Amino acid sequence: MSTQKKPLPLIRKVAGGLFAAVALCAPSNGAWGQTEDKVRIDGSTTVGPITKAFAEYYMRQHPDVNITVSESGSGNGAKSLVNGTCDAAAMSRFMKPQEFSAAVDKGVMPVAHVVAIDGIAIVVHPSNPMANLTVSQVRDIYAGKITNWSQVGGPDKKIVAISRDSNSGTFECFNNLVMQKEKIAGSTEYVGSNGAARQRVQSTPGAVGYVGLGFLDRTVKALSVDNVHPDPDSVTSGRYPVARPLYLFTDGYPELGSHLHAFVTLHLSRKGQEIIESLGFVPVTHYK
Amino acid sequence: MADTRFIIQRNSLIISARANRLRRLAALGGRGILLLITSSSALVILFIFYFIIKDALPFFQLRGLKEFFTSTAWYPSSSPASFGATSIFVGSGLVTLGAILVSVPLGVTAAVCLSDMLPFSLRQLVKPVIEMLAAIPSVAFGFFALVVFAPQLQERGGTILSVAWWMITAPVAFLMLWIVSSVLSSRLPERIRSMGRLGLAAALAAPTFWGIWFVGRSFHALEISSGANALNVSIILGIMALPTIVSVSEDALQSVGGELREGAYALGATRTETMLRIVIPAAKSGICAAIILGIMRAIGETMVVWMASGNAAQIPRPWFNVLEPVRTLTATIAGETGEADHVTGSARYHVLFAMALCLLVISYAFNYVSDRIVRRTSRIGRA
Repeated sequence: MSTQKKPLPLIRKVAGGLFAAVALCAPSNGAWGQTEDKVRIDGSTTVGPITKAFAEYYMRQHPDVNITVSESGSGNGAKSLVNGTCDAAAMSRFMKPQEFSAAVDKGVMPVAHVVAIDGIAIVVHPSNPMANLTVSQVRDIYAGKITNWSQVGGPDKKIVAISRDSNSGTFECFNNLVMQKEKIAGSTEYVGSNGAARQRVQSTPGAVGYVGLGFLDRTVKALSVDNVHPDPDSVTSGRYPVARPLYLFTDGYPELGSHLHAFVTLHLSRKGQEIIESLGFVPVTHYK
Repeated sequence: MADTRFIIQRNSLIISARANRLRRLAALGGRGILLLITSSSALVILFIFYFIIKDALPFFQLRGLKEFFTSTAWYPSSSPASFGATSIFVGSGLVTLGAILVSVPLGVTAAVCLSDMLPFSLRQLVKPVIEMLAAIPSVAFGFFALVVFAPQLQERGGTILSVAWWMITAPVAFLMLWIVSSVLSSRLPERIRSMGRLGLAAALAAPTFWGIWFVGRSFHALEISSGANALNVSIILGIMALPTIVSVSEDALQSVGGELREGAYALGATRTETMLRIVIPAAKSGICAAIILGIMRAIGETMVVWMASGNAAQIPRPWFNVLEPVRTLTATIAGETGEADHVTGSARYHVLFAMALCLLVISYAFNYVSDRIVRRTSRIGRA
């Protein structure tokens, strides 16, 4: 389970106090006080793995730089950027109009950097003869309108629909791109992680589930959606329908040569692509 | 010895006024620290209550009571959101009921067997093994339920169910047949009584076992489409509640003492009669307390239900259909916490505290009842 919990306000206050005490004790000529060597990232839990891995990699290359990554959700990331409490906001969706206007009112000019693309594969048990579903069929399955594989041209078997918990970015993405206004039926099962979703599908003959593209392997069968097979090419070209870009927002384009600039362009490097691929997302670059 | 003590007392008597005051202060300080430590553990409970109530009340102010307790639409993340928790309450109840059905007969029987049937040396060996079950972390149980048990239920669900059905009903049927036929045959004249008893038993056995076979066959034909369901979790939770039930009720049975048992034997009671008429009634309150403690373990368990109950917010149709996935209060709180934090202060955040409050009230009520029962036992024990 990967629930990223924000501590209770009281605990935060106490922890903040401790932190301040430690900071006061630290030598003042150290890296602590220098704001230019500090990069603060806040925002989406979906983008979190990428920003965390980037931060780890970047800090290893530049030991004098301090990068903090908080994961409080896309909405809070946008809020932090507007309030100036973070340098880059990680978001799994584009900024909403009201967030944009609030930012502009405060003199913050949001600039979007697409760091990776999140593609969601619809998976079934390997023994399932189905090869393709349309987006509306997937929607009807999860809405409980289609309950048997025979209704979509498959064998006479009850469909066990498996969803990620409403906690996850993958759920949010699936909900927006596939379900749209429709509600997921009560009989749908919920699991806590991409790995658990795959595990349930590989052990349940009638199951259908969805996982991030990086979690596909031989134990489950990915279906084509609207006759497009999910793979990095179809996702980056926009042909595969269940995919979305993941953003980092900065206030204006970061000053060239700054650590922030290096951080928000890390995904364009070969190493950045490797990191993104290893986390199961689709990179925007094509280094071989 | 007496002399030394006297001398010490003499010394303390002639101690200076200043030292005496110091010592009194130290004693007072020590007592104060002890009081602080004791009351801090009580304060923690009060604080938990306070903070949960503080964050639960805004939910009821925002959304009222009706939706939460009567609606089954649980869509906390959609807009507009709906927070109907009825199906979640039913899920918790169903899973707990299932765990009781699994663990109580097994646990109490095992306790009786441990305390009165097994030789002492064997008991010393078996009881720690059962208590070891309590030391297995619940995530390990959850992993087992999800990765091993759920696929088994899907593949061989019908067979497992029918075998379990036979295992439960066959011994009970034998016992009932024996009792019914002897009761009925006791009215027959002496010389054909044993013949009549056998005949009656045979005559009754045919329809009984046909019935069992019939139900068993319909179990066999059942197809379980999803192994992550209420049955799976009930069985696992039942196993998890076992050590509590076995060990507490075994202690209760032990505390009945040898005199009552020996008295019963001396009056000519058989072992069964002693057990059923004397020992179990005497240990009744302890066994009840054990059962309630076991129930609390099942209600409060989170990891196993989050992993293996399917987490579908629905009321099974019919309500006792344990082959459907369900969602429980604890799993909902665990699963929704991360996202709810995004919007601290919203109904989605406070609804989890409302659920926690309900859980707290339920377990407090159970705790209170078991406490009362245990207190009654100890009073009887002293009398």
